Amino acid sequence: MSFLSQNASTILTLTIEHLWLTGAAMFFAAAIAIPTGILLARSPRWARPVIGLANILQTIPSLAMFGFLLPLPWLGDRAARIAIVALTAYALLPILRNTYAGIRGIDPSLIEVARALGLTSRQRLLKIELPLAASFILAGLRTATVTCVGIATIAAAVGAGGLGELIFRGVASVDNRLVLAGAIPAALLALAADAALGLLERRFKAPTQ
Amino acid sequence: MTTAAIDFRNLSFALPSGHLLLDRISLALNEGTTTAILGRSGSGKTTLLRTVNRLLEPTSGEVFLSGINALDRDLIALRRSIGYVIQEVGLFPHFTLERNVALVLEAQGIPLDQRIRRAHELLSAVGLDPATFARRYPRQLSGGQRQRAGLARALAADPPILLMDEPFGALDPLTRLEMQQMMRALLQRFRKTVLLVTHDLDEALYLADRIILLDSGHTIAYLTPEGFLRSTQPEVRAYVQAFRRALPGDRPPETPTSRLTPEAAP
Repeated sequence: MSFLSQNASTILTLTIEHLWLTGAAMFFAAAIAIPTGILLARSPRWARPVIGLANILQTIPSLAMFGFLLPLPWLGDRAARIAIVALTAYALLPILRNTYAGIRGIDPSLIEVARALGLTSRQRLLKIELPLAASFILAGLRTATVTCVGIATIAAAVGAGGLGELIFRGVASVDNRLVLAGAIPAALLALAADAALGLLERRFKAPTQ
Repeated sequence: MTTAAIDFRNLSFALPSGHLLLDRISLALNEGTTTAILGRSGSGKTTLLRTVNRLLEPTSGEVFLSGINALDRDLIALRRSIGYVIQEVGLFPHFTLERNVALVLEAQGIPLDQRIRRAHELLSAVGLDPATFARRYPRQLSGGQRQRAGLARALAADPPILLMDEPFGALDPLTRLEMQQMMRALLQRFRKTVLLVTHDLDEALYLADRIILLDSGHTIAYLTPEGFLRSTQPEVRAYVQAFRRALPGDRPPETPTSRLTPEAAP
């Protein structure tokens, strides 16, 4: 107990840092992957190469990814930047894949009717495609968020902070209390994000015919 | 000589593979008439229909609508002036019926209260009481009710042309009959130029002023219903007979199928 009270403010600060890194990465990843997914759904012949590329990013071991980004100019200057770029790269695939699959998976007769009714391409996207694909897209965001909360612990390796810092310190000083002080809040964060986005996802679940 | 509402001029459509689905179709359909398109699956019926609202663009030849080349018209405005009804209906599952019905008006930016009024008017016209149905979602309806709503939606912007692709094909015979009767009444009430793809000769005879028979992308016949039944053209006769045989009352006693269904005998 005394350990917790001594470290409470550190844990809190690092949790906030952790949330900030993940949140910023999710923001950028969504801003890149959702529009890209929409574009791919419109020209599916690009889908394989582009999703393939996102897939490759996903396979880079996270520690290596942070290492690769370290020597880059501007990025390397601030550890948080490296962390956000790396996490964004990991978050792309699930969001991209689900946006693409969500839109492509809409009943083709609905798309045909939307065209035949004279909806503009924009109206079709906003009124039909995005609402019907919303639960899919949210499922992608959810997977990406949970993954990123976990990977963000490794960002401490390049000094970006977050709950990983406690874990690394704990490992270095063979102090399990420190490791747990980082790992448990990180796990709770992941569970909370999963539950919150799951709730949102269910709300947007398109009623099926 | 009035200009035709829909005028196919030497229209051909080929797939990228070069396979010809429509081969130099020339037909002029008068305003306010209903024309049924019959033919085998793959004969080009749906393809022909879809060239009218430019879901498909012809490889060569033109479609003129009231004297104007469809390709010269703004695509969105063109489509909004043509009602479209398909077998799958295609009601949007995330919208209520009234929003589904008034979606074209919503796309045109017409104010909500006017849209709702129009949607309720049309739901009544197709026999769906707005008080009961306006706020329902498509999943809460039967197949026949969905098709009624689909028809209401196609009429929302009061389009002069109505394209119908096997609209009642997925319905049970009784519901289909009700829909055909309603359709006939609606066509008498709203003057539309209708192009109706169907597999049902009876439906064609009941609803249409003219019948087109397509075969492998060619127009085999373009006749009045009476002319179609009386035609001595071998392809038309074959079609009529194929259909007649499916009706037990007209089945000649020597057909082998009658022996296969003893329970049908009185």
